Amino acid sequence: MTRFDDSLAAGLAERSKAASYGAAVYLLAPLAAILCQVYLPRFFAALSYLELPLLVTVYFALMRRRPASGAVTGCIIGLAQDALSPQPLGMNGISKTLAGYFAASLSMRFDVEHPALRFILSFFFFIFHQFFFWALSRGLLGRQVDFPIPQTVIYAFLNAVVAAALFSFLDRFRREE
Amino acid sequence: MDSFLGRYRNLSVLLLLVAGQMMLLAWQIRSSQDVPLIRVWAVAAVTPLARAVEAGRVAAASFFSEYFVWRGAVQENRELKRRLGQLQLRNHFLEAELASAERAQALAQFRARIPSKTLAVRVIGAGAGPEAHTVFIDRGSSDGVMKGMAAITPEGIAGKVIAAYPMSAMVQLITAPGAVAGVVTQKLRLRGALRGTGSGLCLLEHIDSEAPLEPGEWIYTSGADRVFPRGLPAGQVKLVREGRAGREILVEPSGLKTRLDELVIVLDGVHGMLPPPGVPPSDAVSLLPPPPPEPGVGSEPPARGNNGALLTDADRLAERYRRMAEAQGVQLGSKGRVPDFTREPAPAAPNGRSAPPSADGGAPKKQEPPRP
Repeated sequence: MTRFDDSLAAGLAERSKAASYGAAVYLLAPLAAILCQVYLPRFFAALSYLELPLLVTVYFALMRRRPASGAVTGCIIGLAQDALSPQPLGMNGISKTLAGYFAASLSMRFDVEHPALRFILSFFFFIFHQFFFWALSRGLLGRQVDFPIPQTVIYAFLNAVVAAALFSFLDRFRREE
Repeated sequence: MDSFLGRYRNLSVLLLLVAGQMMLLAWQIRSSQDVPLIRVWAVAAVTPLARAVEAGRVAAASFFSEYFVWRGAVQENRELKRRLGQLQLRNHFLEAELASAERAQALAQFRARIPSKTLAVRVIGAGAGPEAHTVFIDRGSSDGVMKGMAAITPEGIAGKVIAAYPMSAMVQLITAPGAVAGVVTQKLRLRGALRGTGSGLCLLEHIDSEAPLEPGEWIYTSGADRVFPRGLPAGQVKLVREGRAGREILVEPSGLKTRLDELVIVLDGVHGMLPPPGVPPSDAVSLLPPPPPEPGVGSEPPARGNNGALLTDADRLAERYRRMAEAQGVQLGSKGRVPDFTREPAPAAPNGRSAPPSADGGAPKKQEPPRP
């Protein structure tokens, strides 16, 4: 093997390394994210656009690197979020299931440890999630809702900024497999 | 089949989850029913945490306010610092007690004033998502709160209960898209519907397009929706404009002007009376302070009649004309010379005599009327 092949293999091995967490982290992180979304807008209305449940879904999907696990995580978090909102169960569930699945699929091809890539992926998956939520609202519920692109891009940017800090915080609880 | 599922395990899980949720959605939409079990579980999981966080926030705010009060006092000399700290702490405590007592008293007075049977509740959280426009309250079905009950504040209507759980309930605010309340205008008693738009203002619909409505007019509940009892303030007309589909009347809900900390749930609604046009929704009467006294007049005691009662402006004018006539030697009501009412009598001197005449020996000069 050449030196290039060795470094490539080492890089692939490093990239395919999945992270695991304690059961308490799996339980408390989504619960805290949902609680923040329920509690914070009481005092700061602007924070209602912070999609912490989505960010937690994307984080676990990226770090676990298993599409099935990402989809299940997104499904559970999304359904819990739906249960605390007046809309039918499944709207956030389907959107976050897809976000979790595709985030985990992408994590097998990229180095998701890099902060810049995490920022870009968070930005992308926020828009992805909002688009699917909008499409489901129109397609399944028949609601005439708009998809404000500039506003969504701004919120995606702000969520990506928060995601960069949140991901590095959650990294502290990581256990390498 | 097993090899196919094993090979496409991830995709199979994804399709299974999405298909399951779509079926769940379709079942909810088709049957117009909810899945209470999942919602109850989620709310039961979040409610204790929300209560704990709220209690922690209150304790932390109290701790930090006391800490900063102490920190400011440390910079003073020791004796003064000790006394100042104690006084400030006591002051904060009393202010908090007073504010709490005032709020509780206002809520109690409001509950006593309205004829409906009500229950005071505390807001412990907001609905998930920016488009939710819902809040969670700390009372639920075990306290008698049921779906469809009205949630109000002393300032006006706030929303209605859309889900009741054993220990908490979800209230949809009147500003939520789809939220509707039957209303009536105060002046012309025009009936309509107040519809939430998702923003801070609501839309007044189904009202006569030719009816004169101006910003500032109060809107009250009509009781037609069987949720809000008649006679509660709903809001004030904020803006009347021409929209794409005709005239748009935007109403600012009066019950949501301030942050929602406490609400009153109407357990058993009793219709009330609408206040007459021009009367503000609150029965508190505010009196303007008296106008400042005119220069040179304010120091005089108010004029009184023979029986000691205060004189009216007409009495004062008649008295003034009588004095002018007496000064000119004419008795009012008698035939003969008519007094010149343009000549003001000289003001009485301190010793009781009249002022001396002017230099030309004539009567005192008339005061120039003020130029406009």
